[in-house]
Amino acid sequence: MTVSSDALHFHYDVDGNNFTSAGEASVQVKRMLRQMGYHPDLIRRISVAMYEGEINMVIHAKGGDADVYVTPDCITVILKDVGPGIKDVNLAMQEGYSTAPDNIRSLGFGAGMGLPNMKRYSDELKIDSVVGVGTTIEMTFRSA
Amino acid sequence: MTIREIAERIDAVVYAEPEQMDEDLTGAFGSDMMSDVLAFAEDRDVLLTGLLNPQIVRTAHMLDMSCIIIVRGKTATEEIKRLAAENEIALLETKLTMYEACGKLYEGGLGR
Ligand SMILES: Nc1ncnc2c1ncn2[C@@H]1O[C@H](COP(=O)(O)OP(=O)(O)O)[C@@H](O)[C@H]1O
Ligand SMILES: [Mg+2]
Repeated sequence: MTVSSDALHFHYDVDGNNFTSAGEASVQVKRMLRQMGYHPDLIRRISVAMYEGEINMVIHAKGGDADVYVTPDCITVILKDVGPGIKDVNLAMQEGYSTAPDNIRSLGFGAGMGLPNMKRYSDELKIDSVVGVGTTIEMTFRSA
Repeated sequence: MTIREIAERIDAVVYAEPEQMDEDLTGAFGSDMMSDVLAFAEDRDVLLTGLLNPQIVRTAHMLDMSCIIIVRGKTATEEIKRLAAENEIALLETKLTMYEACGKLYEGGLGR
């Protein structure tokens, strides 16, 4: 990770047992970035991408940790879980690819657009995933 | 189109603050899949959906949408109402189906 040492750091626990509360960390980050006065378009990119990642941690893993590092011109979001991992990351990145079960789809998710969205909305997306160990996703957003 | 006008066109029950009623809303997107909303509804103000869980409010909030229309005669739960109010998102309920509600609003000029 290449986050400057003077970045502000915010930590959130993402509860993997509660679909209803999924997304609360992203809501808090959005509020905080608004208070800090970032551009609304940047905030929207960050919050949509983080929300997709947070939902993924809840529906595909067992929750995890969300860490957000903030400097005036760069925001880094790191989502770490100890879930099942992603077997084929290239396949998972394809639009429409999803292993979500039907009950997740009836909750409005599992269209296979999450990872492609995270790539589209971030300036940089790094996926580090090991089957049986977990997944760490790092997204970087630049304010320029 | 304003929320006042939207509510009239689709005969909707409205949960909103008075000052929200005359805000001008431009685009709209209709889907029960929040994944698709997040992928396709950038720069729209109105979400039409038949899905009924708190994620409809979080999805709208993430995208800076200011109005959610719940279709097919479903009624919002207290939690959905509370979350929407907290985030200054107007909430409407209509008995119309997704197709009918979208059709009437499109015909009226919303997102056209
Ligand atoms: N945190 C994660 N842990 C394990 N698998 C994941 C994780 N995130 C994504 N995946 C895998 O990648 C696939 C594609 O993810 P995504 O594009 O968000 O689509 P969806 O969540 O709708 O299935 C998922 O169906 C799942 O198989
Ligand atoms: Mg997903």
